[in-house]
Amino acid sequence: MRRDLVNSAIAVVLFTVLFGLIYPLAFTGVAQVVFPGQADGSKIARDGKVVGSKLIAQDFRRPVLDRNGKPREDADGNPVMAADPRYFQSRPSQTGYTPNVTFFSNLGPNSVDARDTVKANIVTYLAVERRYTPGLTAAKVPVDAATQSGSGVDPHISEANARIQANRIAAVRRIPLERVRELIEDNTEGRFLGVFGEPGVNVLKLNLAIDSETS
Amino acid sequence: VAQGWLQIATFIALVTALTKPLGLYMAGVYRNERVFLTPVLGGLEGLTYRVLRADPNREQDWKSYAASTIVFSALFWMALFVILRTQGIHPFNPQGFDSGPWDLSMNTASSFVTNTNWQYYGGETTLSFFSQMAGLTVQNYVSAAVGMSVLVAMIRGIAGRGGDSLGNFWQDTVRGLYYILLPLSVIVALLLVAGGVVQTLAYDVGAKTLEGADQVLALGPVASQVSIKQLGTNGGGFFNVNSAMPFENSNSFTNFVELLSIILIPAALTYTYGRMVGRQRQGWAIFGAMAALYVVFALVIFPAEQHGTPAQHAAGLQTAHVDGSTGGNMEGKEVRNGIAESGLWATTTTVTSNGSVNSALESYTGLGGAVPMFGLASSEVVFGGVGSGLYTMLLYVLLAVFIGGLMVGRTPEYLGKKVEAREIKLASLGALYTPLAILVTTALAVATEHGRVSIFAKDSPQGFSESLYAYMSQANNNGSAFAGYTGFVQPNPPGNKGAFGITFADVLGSLTLLTARFIPIVLALAVAGSLARKKVALGGAGTLRTDSPTFVVLLVGVIVLVGALTFFPALLLGPIVQSVTTDLF
Repeated sequence: MRRDLVNSAIAVVLFTVLFGLIYPLAFTGVAQVVFPGQADGSKIARDGKVVGSKLIAQDFRRPVLDRNGKPREDADGNPVMAADPRYFQSRPSQTGYTPNVTFFSNLGPNSVDARDTVKANIVTYLAVERRYTPGLTAAKVPVDAATQSGSGVDPHISEANARIQANRIAAVRRIPLERVRELIEDNTEGRFLGVFGEPGVNVLKLNLAIDSETS
Repeated sequence: VAQGWLQIATFIALVTALTKPLGLYMAGVYRNERVFLTPVLGGLEGLTYRVLRADPNREQDWKSYAASTIVFSALFWMALFVILRTQGIHPFNPQGFDSGPWDLSMNTASSFVTNTNWQYYGGETTLSFFSQMAGLTVQNYVSAAVGMSVLVAMIRGIAGRGGDSLGNFWQDTVRGLYYILLPLSVIVALLLVAGGVVQTLAYDVGAKTLEGADQVLALGPVASQVSIKQLGTNGGGFFNVNSAMPFENSNSFTNFVELLSIILIPAALTYTYGRMVGRQRQGWAIFGAMAALYVVFALVIFPAEQHGTPAQHAAGLQTAHVDGSTGGNMEGKEVRNGIAESGLWATTTTVTSNGSVNSALESYTGLGGAVPMFGLASSEVVFGGVGSGLYTMLLYVLLAVFIGGLMVGRTPEYLGKKVEAREIKLASLGALYTPLAILVTTALAVATEHGRVSIFAKDSPQGFSESLYAYMSQANNNGSAFAGYTGFVQPNPPGNKGAFGITFADVLGSLTLLTARFIPIVLALAVAGSLARKKVALGGAGTLRTDSPTFVVLLVGVIVLVGALTFFPALLLGPIVQSVTTDLF
């Protein structure tokens, strides 16, 4: 027993140094040299300024202004946001797209809150898109557009979702619809080995491509 | 949808294919043979024994082995607790986090020392990089190594030819760490960084979004921790939402690598087992029983999630698969993972005792959410934790041998050793402690005011599911959660302001974690000690064969009977009610 205490006490120090300091720090060094872009968060820069990460969703809505030009606030004092028609919209987020404070929505399968949230998301989506996609109904809203992602910063939307939004982007930005569809395809990330995972359209990369198309 | 089935089938085939080569290698490590890494790491291994002042050649009987295991784990518990309590003075603490409440530290320390990694803490909002590295990453390594050590000790007891020795704890632990966990973890971490998982000591990378808003990208030494969190079936995330966070699991490539890492070692250990007892078919029989249950779980969860939830249907959402969209229940799931990979991950993470998640389990459909619960209810023997899964499974094997022996009217024997009253008593205690702990703690949690504070979905079957899941997960050292259940309120501004632990849940959880890890360990070692001394008798024509399909079926039956049916009344009140109703509440 005493022997175990001595062995263990030394083990605590040794393994903490080995696996807790040397391993992660040395590995950080290696990662920074071999894969610097990925290790630092796959940042995207435009005109020399970091505009985000290709792995992290952004909020493409903007505050709604009242008559005096001040941001309108809801009952809780949060600014009311509405989709920026010039951009493809990310999936709804329970965290307000914060990459540094993540949590799940935890809305259960039989929850009234879940129903109301999904309903509200459908209404918002239709309000933005129906003008540009006549005949769009609740039944045609893609599931990813009406539900919240796991991380709150899911960088992707489904191809079906992107194709609907493409009609709006083409109209608002005055880009031929064919071209918008091409850009969607260029910014779709496929399955690993063609088998694992699902394809997704990277919203930030796509919006940057749309921006450079019009500038 | 066919694509989804293809993903699941390919993955299971791949796991089966990797079982032999890795299992063979691990058998070499634990038989103290020269392995291909010996020239590289042999010197470090020898030096380690000298520094630890441990004699790797000292033979230990079961009591001595158990004592080493417990003293070792106890000191690491204290070390981790101290680290978590002293965050204010840490180096590598760019966000300047303080320690938070003591009961949260107690729960987190217990959670990591027991290879559970239950998250009442929110990684990126409460823990310094130093805590993540020197505290959690270290535990990811050593708690996994301890699990494997206990397993090989038990195997030696079963394979032993008389005598008391179960091997040497220090040798097993050091070799497991250096030859198995460290190299695999470095490889996996490299793959993850290549795929996009971050690895840096920088924290606050600011970005100006296209809308001109400020965005703070939380980074950290993530890949080095995530690789071992998956390989060691630990599961504790660097971020609060675990592997749903793109910086922790970036794309379909990293998702594949992480998913494979979760199940790789537990599956391969069945081959190691067959090798070490000298009867390879025995290893495959156990693999077969595990795989059978695993496949059934995967077959249930995918269609369940593809169907969507009553809440979504009530809102008018069309959840069928259409061109360009997976359809299905995407609440709490990421587009890049979709339905199939999320469901497969949920199954894999709960049958192994990993507990990491890439989607929000609480948002699963009633039936879909019942699958992870059945995974937990089967006492984590379907592959299970590294080491812990198989040593618990071996207790179930002994019970199956006993029951089978009674059925055919023979003295029960396993691998030529008579299984007698003492072994059966110990194995039964080992198999029954966990269910007992779960039912008692869940009852306490739902029947008391203090317990109910933790519930997110108040006054509903979902709230009961949350509570049941919390204690199933902690007692099985899993760590996944119906994450609405809380000992800690999120979201909080950085710096722990406003964060508070809910003492009842933290303390009850800690006790559950520790007892449900170490009581079965001691019982498993006691069984091993008792088997080690027995002489091997030659099997006769009347011996119950333990490598036949019939035995596999019997074994699965015992697991379902003892493990799952114990919980049937409880499951009825939560997930089963939810899967048969379309009512909302």
